Amino acid sequence: MTALEVDRLVWRPSRGASPILDGVTLRVEPHSLTVVMGPSGCGKSSLCHAIAGFLPAESGAIRLGGRPLSQPGPDRLMVFQESALWPWMTVRENVMFGPLARAEMPRGEAEAAADALLARFGLAAFADRYPGQLSGGMKRRVDIAQALINRPQLLILDEPFRGLDVMTRELMQEYYLRLFEDARTTTLFVTSEVEEAAFLADRVLVLGAGGRLLETVEVPLARPRHPDQTTDAAFQQVRTRLLDALERATPDDTLSPPDGGPRSRETAA
Amino acid sequence: MQAASLTDGSARSSALARARRLSLGRAQWRGAIAIVAFVALWQAGAATGLIGGGNLASPWESFLVFLRDYAGDAAYWQGWLISIQRVVLGFVVAQVLGVPLGILFGTSRRFRRLVFPVFELLRPIPPLAWVPLSILFWPTTESSIVFITMLGAFFIIVINVFDGVRSVPEAYVWQARSLGAKPWTIVRRIYLPALLPAIAAGMTLGITVTWNVLIAAEMIASDAGLGRLTWEGYVSGASAVVIVGMVSIGVAGALSSALIVWLERRLTPWAEDERRRRGGSR
Repeated sequence: MTALEVDRLVWRPSRGASPILDGVTLRVEPHSLTVVMGPSGCGKSSLCHAIAGFLPAESGAIRLGGRPLSQPGPDRLMVFQESALWPWMTVRENVMFGPLARAEMPRGEAEAAADALLARFGLAAFADRYPGQLSGGMKRRVDIAQALINRPQLLILDEPFRGLDVMTRELMQEYYLRLFEDARTTTLFVTSEVEEAAFLADRVLVLGAGGRLLETVEVPLARPRHPDQTTDAAFQQVRTRLLDALERATPDDTLSPPDGGPRSRETAA
Repeated sequence: MQAASLTDGSARSSALARARRLSLGRAQWRGAIAIVAFVALWQAGAATGLIGGGNLASPWESFLVFLRDYAGDAAYWQGWLISIQRVVLGFVVAQVLGVPLGILFGTSRRFRRLVFPVFELLRPIPPLAWVPLSILFWPTTESSIVFITMLGAFFIIVINVFDGVRSVPEAYVWQARSLGAKPWTIVRRIYLPALLPAIAAGMTLGITVTWNVLIAAEMIASDAGLGRLTWEGYVSGASAVVIVGMVSIGVAGALSSALIVWLERRLTPWAEDERRRRGGSR
């Protein structure tokens, strides 16, 4: 069975505006890591927000485990591009907010669950700090802990490692991979980095204008993944296929020079 | 051995830091000299009649009047108490009414469309223009003065909070909704703390306006308070009394502003690092 199904979804920011999501159809298999790529402005973030339930769809449907969705809910949680941790709550308070807000467990139990998760994420010593006192990489781990404590059916990560320096980014990728390969929480992962996509994904969906699915690229690399695999021929093949697909997905006019001069090498090819 | 010398060193450096905090830096020295020079000029000008043509009390004379007639005078301190009471009451009521109204303006489009035009119609009217009407309207002088004082802070706090709501990142609210928080939880645990900096900014502006409005209202309509004291000094031609009143009002205003800053720090401990960064770059 499919975990997530998006079916001819249409969303526009306001009445009369042209649609950002224009008949998006895609599916995500259970316990898989599906990466979404596409040229900037193709609606990747909007798609994430729509699936999370923040944007009212004009038409079409989103189904999670076969159930149609319209409101936000803890069954699919999102890690935002810029960390959405609340700066006035300590790291622990941020993480245990979900279970407490839904009154699922008493405070002591939620605290213990948050502390256990933070310990697993190597953040035990930072439970009483405020997010503003953490580094970018640490914040991203807290973001993920804040979602995972609720055991969502679907995790939506919208360019989660954007803005981190290269070293931290690579560490976070490996870290996040271990986490995924342990728990296998169905994940929709948006990125604009081809290497990141090929290294993490089971399957990459390349979107074009209006968020329409143009190509699906399977990643035939074995799990658990290891950085060594990035030198494999298979990895390089995926990489090339993704670059080609992205090039086809990018509208011509965004690549032509502003002065109307000769086309750049990429589009001419 | 090494540990001992380490603690020695840190003790010495912390003692140094303390000494540095207590002693005046170059900027503070300049400030202190400027203040002394200002008072000295005033003293010389007033004593020789060059400033104010003999009608202006000198700082020394004012200080003596303060010591002789006011420092030990229960009625003077009663005036402080009355003014502070009015400011606190007006200010607190302004917060209690203004913060929820600002949040409503910011979060409910329907409410905003319904009520905001009336708010914008009343906002440009200076609080002091309300004096005659509020004396007619309110049963006691006291309540009309508190009402006018309240108005001074009310419009400022509403506008600040309204603006603050619009600058709360929508992801903060979205995340809470996703996690299953009920609307009231979102107001209490997300909007309110997110708005504390805006509320504090409104309070800092509001407390100053509150004192301005109160003093004027006391001069017009009251028989007590620091504003009244200053006015009585004028009426009786005693400029030393006017100066005692003015300095008292200045001190009261400065103390309330300091209190607000302290309150802001207590309420927003998470912003301490950022404050330090901002302070450091100044």
